[in-house]
Amino acid sequence: MPTIFVDGKPIEAKDGANLLETLLGEGINVPYFCWHPAMGSIGACRQCAVVGYANEEDTRGRIVMSCMTPVMEGARFSVDEEKASSFRESVIENLMLNHPHDCPVCEEGGECHLQDMTVMVGHRDRHYEGLKTTYRNQYLGPFIGHEMNRCITCYRCVRYYQDYAGGDDLNAFGSRDRVFFGRAEPGVLENEFSGNLIEVCPTGVFTDKTFSKHYTRKWDLQSAPTVCQGCSVGCNTYTAERYGEIRRVHNRYNNEVNGYFLCDRGRFGAQHVNSVNRIPRAGVRNKDGLYDAVKLDDAIEKSRLIIKSSRSILGIGSPTASLEANEALRQLVGEANYCNGMTDAEREMNQVMLEVLASDLHSPTIAEIETYDAIIIVGEDLTNHAPRLALSIRQAVRQRATELAKESGIALWHDAAVRELAQHEKSPLIILSPMADRLDDVASDIKRLAPDDIVKTVTQISLANDKPEAGWCREISDLLINARRPLIISGTSLASPNLLKAASNLALSISKQNANTGIFLCASQSNSIGTSLLENEHSTEAMLATNPETIIVLENDLCHRFGPDILENIDKRIMLTALDNDTASKADILLPAASFAEAEGTFINSEGRAQRSMAVFKSKGDITPSYQLLGMLSGEPKHASTLQTDLASAHEVFSSIVNCSPDENFRILGNKAARMTHRSSGRTAMNANISVREPRQPEDAESALAFSMEGNQQQAPASLRAYTWSPGWNSNQSIHKFQAGIGGPDKSAVSRTALFQQKASLTPYELVPENLSTVVGQHHIFGSDPVSNEATELASLVPAPYARINSATAASLSLVNRGGVKCGDLQMTVLIDSQVADGCLVYPLIPATNMITGASLSDFVAIDDWHPVDDARQASIITSDGEN
Amino acid sequence: MSSTPLTKNIVDQVRPTGFTRYEERGGYSAVRDTIGKVDPDAVLEIIKDANLRGRGGAGFPTGMKWSFVPKPNGQGHRYLVANADEMEPGTFKDRLLMEQDPHQLIEGMILSAYTITADTGYIFIRGEYHLAISRLREAIMQAEAAGYLGNHIQGSEFSFRLHVHVSAGRYICGEETALLNSLEGKRATPRTKPPFPQVSGLWGRPTIVNNVETLCNITHIVTYGAAWFRALGRGSDGGTKLFGASGRVKRPGCWELPMGTPIREIIEDCAGGMADGYQLKGFLPGGASTDFLTKDHLDVPMEYETIMQAGSRMGTGTMIILDDRACPIGMIANLEKFFARESCGFCTPCREGLPWVQQVLDKIDSGNGVMGDLDILERQGNFIGAIGNTHCAHAPGAMEPLVSGLKYFRDDFIEHIEQKTCRYSTNKGMR
Repeated sequence: MPTIFVDGKPIEAKDGANLLETLLGEGINVPYFCWHPAMGSIGACRQCAVVGYANEEDTRGRIVMSCMTPVMEGARFSVDEEKASSFRESVIENLMLNHPHDCPVCEEGGECHLQDMTVMVGHRDRHYEGLKTTYRNQYLGPFIGHEMNRCITCYRCVRYYQDYAGGDDLNAFGSRDRVFFGRAEPGVLENEFSGNLIEVCPTGVFTDKTFSKHYTRKWDLQSAPTVCQGCSVGCNTYTAERYGEIRRVHNRYNNEVNGYFLCDRGRFGAQHVNSVNRIPRAGVRNKDGLYDAVKLDDAIEKSRLIIKSSRSILGIGSPTASLEANEALRQLVGEANYCNGMTDAEREMNQVMLEVLASDLHSPTIAEIETYDAIIIVGEDLTNHAPRLALSIRQAVRQRATELAKESGIALWHDAAVRELAQHEKSPLIILSPMADRLDDVASDIKRLAPDDIVKTVTQISLANDKPEAGWCREISDLLINARRPLIISGTSLASPNLLKAASNLALSISKQNANTGIFLCASQSNSIGTSLLENEHSTEAMLATNPETIIVLENDLCHRFGPDILENIDKRIMLTALDNDTASKADILLPAASFAEAEGTFINSEGRAQRSMAVFKSKGDITPSYQLLGMLSGEPKHASTLQTDLASAHEVFSSIVNCSPDENFRILGNKAARMTHRSSGRTAMNANISVREPRQPEDAESALAFSMEGNQQQAPASLRAYTWSPGWNSNQSIHKFQAGIGGPDKSAVSRTALFQQKASLTPYELVPENLSTVVGQHHIFGSDPVSNEATELASLVPAPYARINSATAASLSLVNRGGVKCGDLQMTVLIDSQVADGCLVYPLIPATNMITGASLSDFVAIDDWHPVDDARQASIITSDGEN
Repeated sequence: MSSTPLTKNIVDQVRPTGFTRYEERGGYSAVRDTIGKVDPDAVLEIIKDANLRGRGGAGFPTGMKWSFVPKPNGQGHRYLVANADEMEPGTFKDRLLMEQDPHQLIEGMILSAYTITADTGYIFIRGEYHLAISRLREAIMQAEAAGYLGNHIQGSEFSFRLHVHVSAGRYICGEETALLNSLEGKRATPRTKPPFPQVSGLWGRPTIVNNVETLCNITHIVTYGAAWFRALGRGSDGGTKLFGASGRVKRPGCWELPMGTPIREIIEDCAGGMADGYQLKGFLPGGASTDFLTKDHLDVPMEYETIMQAGSRMGTGTMIILDDRACPIGMIANLEKFFARESCGFCTPCREGLPWVQQVLDKIDSGNGVMGDLDILERQGNFIGAIGNTHCAHAPGAMEPLVSGLKYFRDDFIEHIEQKTCRYSTNKGMR
């Protein structure tokens, strides 16, 4: 811990840190642009200049860039020295030469890092008389707007997009004062993490198109800390609303989960809340089979009568509903009449995951994945199924670069130098999958195998160490055993319980030789783990087969999951749903459930972390959180916090979920935490066109957050902080004011909420052959989550049905590239792809292909007269490795 | 032993020294006598002892630069790169060496590579030098055929392959780390030092980048020794240097002279003095990115330290002469236009600052300037002009003619602003 002196004051710095992060960590305001806490320093913008002194006698000093300066014992610096402050002012003055004066119409305005830095350095008067450089903007797809004239050439976007996220279609072009950041030609940005450009750009070059279409200034947004519902990773988000509509999603920093970045499904998929397919009112089916909209109270009353008079009742929970809602359902119907709503295969997979999480095998946090130096991914399509993890894998393979840098004495924050030194050297990443994987470009070893063969191969690797013969499996086994930290990743995307068991067996085998072994198993949905923890014994299929008289379905599209006929023999169907779907249209009584944005809920992600998502806004009309609807049905409504306490006392494993966030009685200096900004003055006038009377704000009886700007923001704990803001820091860069050290945990971090403390030893699983189909459904980040498909822009990127197959297999079925093939009623375009495993056929898991679940290769028949639909995006991305 | 070792083989423009002539005149004897016979560390000691300083502009001691290369550990490549991207305005010395005596460079590179244990070499050459490119390529083939290049040179353990890489053409590619990025196929953006290329250079491997003239000196130092080399200079710096002069002198050209030759001798004796009807107003002693000196400095010897004391830099040693009938503001504006155009666009002061300077100069030059513009130039000069303020030395170099011009030709600036016209307007000289 070197001590440095800044303007005479001693500061304890972290070993190996640079000066800028040290100063920011101390709360000293130093302006910067190109430095990013997750991406390190390159020294491009020259904004963070300070004066560095050679020694105590040196009174003149010289300008140094704080982001490029290591902290050394006894080093002396000045931030306040006139030489430094006038230099910083000159940097802004020069950046402003070409920056347009369009703040009033710029979407970044009010949360612009460039605005903040300009105010911070005090630059005010303009001396430049020349013309400003202008550029032609590009179409970058449905998510990202492009306004190059605002660019200050900090290079953050390309460094994020290429170096951090592995994209190759966003580049810096040209030179001098005409550097252009964009694509070689207009088109959809191909990287699945492109949305982070919006937050990475310090000004308004990359903007959120899904936000632009109903734009609102930051200060007029009502926000809440939420948990992304897009997959099982549980990224932390800020979801923001105005006038009853979700406007946008921003990253919410959590150093152990998503850090600074989200995937595009998470960022752009949440606007399903605004979908026209939302169920706005309670409905009762009439004699003609149509729905009559009824008052919520009437629907509840009618439902209660049905429940009371039923001989038998079944409550079907959901892995996408909160723990509170599932618990409320379980309490309503009784433990024996509740099932978690998942298929038997899902339950079996979840059981393996629960056992692994509770075992003494190490399950790393999502951020920790970046520290593993040898990774094997078995049969899990991370980029499409648990996207944020793929971004972590891209950082993990840089462990080799980290080692090389340490050997050469290069500081790890010296980003360009570390990359130049390491070049293409990466730590090992082995991928076993039936088809091309988006992580192939950073993989050291790739095997394309049919699902059953992946299971076999993984088993062979786990046994290889005990066998004398050399071979590929032995090589991989040795590599994992000899790594500093080996990690085995698998998941549910191939729907094979055996795969999870084989991966667990591999982890057990490697961990015997290497105590640092980790295993990460990806669940399917936002609360798969939580719902399974609540109840995982009852088979939904079996319980439905007993033909209960009445079922209550909680936010679960059973027809999608089990097939369209699953509810045929059920008499009375009460359904709680936020979105219309095939199952909802089979309801007798439909109750309008709140979406994630209108309800509080606790969700447990793949790593066994309980996280609370808070309601963003008061739901409109009769729309009500499910746990409250279920409370109304039972006649015993409970607060969310009561259900949390119930869960904690009923199950030891849930004992820590009460710590996720304070309950509704929590106050900060007598105040609730505010959802709106203190500048949200428009609130009192926003309905003035209807009535000049200021309407009373809705009360929030469920949480310690208020639907108002009145309340506390600065002192709210992270779990109740609705947005980040700090004086002088209006952009997302203000997050550093809430961190304990740059990139560290939140200062308010509550006690850990990891559920699994008990560490049972795990015995290897026996594998019963599954005979998995060689027809493989591939997840798609845009398309495989029916809920996010309701977001308009995201829906435009859902692929058209295709059948991907390699040329040998295609020949055996007489299929030709871009010809047609049908399976049942579904017709698809054939795409020849050398990366598909022999004997396999890959189709996209999208709503349109749900009907062919379980098909086998022989069900696919060529269509003679076929005109493929031209899908530019599909052609460029999906078949990039194709043979056509 | 010649007093002009670098140019001793050069006859005229049309008859370059080919392989046979080069060998006849003692060429490659240093390779034959050194490779596998003299310890590389001993060669390094000779170079250090000779106090050879880099001829590309910065004047860093070559032996010291080489000594920072880590000892070989038998893993991976190590590179030697000849910086032949001679794009400094007014500079044409390396061209002469490469076109007229390509084997001299190749032999120097073989010996240098041997000293630092590099196995691969690149000559990174300016695309416009097509004559030099073809002559170097031919020379490399001849040297390979003669066993001076390739595997196990002269039967030793030492192998060295040499390639000519033709630059796509940017001034910034002459900056050694931008050159490396360009050679790797990346944007020609300079890298931050440290780490220095000796530790992490081309493709992250130990690399030495030297100027062509520097490398050409190596053969002669190895052949004749450090003491001989040091004695060649007239002052404290050893060896000879290619000096040049362009502008309105009677005989513009390039000459090999001892280090420490006074500027007056170069301009008056070698270049024949000013052309008839022209007076000397000032000159940039070492290319476009060095500070102006004036006729008060004519007796300063051309040596790294003395030129520094006079307020400028040795640079490439090829001077640009400003006469009394050319507009100094026009000249500076023209230079800044060049530097602004050649900025890589990486750091703010250079990317944004240089075009602004150029615009202000154009404004003054065209008679539209106001006194406040001089403040802008001063301020921008301070902002951009110091090493460390910017990512590399490009922008500070660009400020040298401006800041010194403001000092020496201030009257001209004020006259332009007050008279709202340029009295040199009938002769914009270098525009």
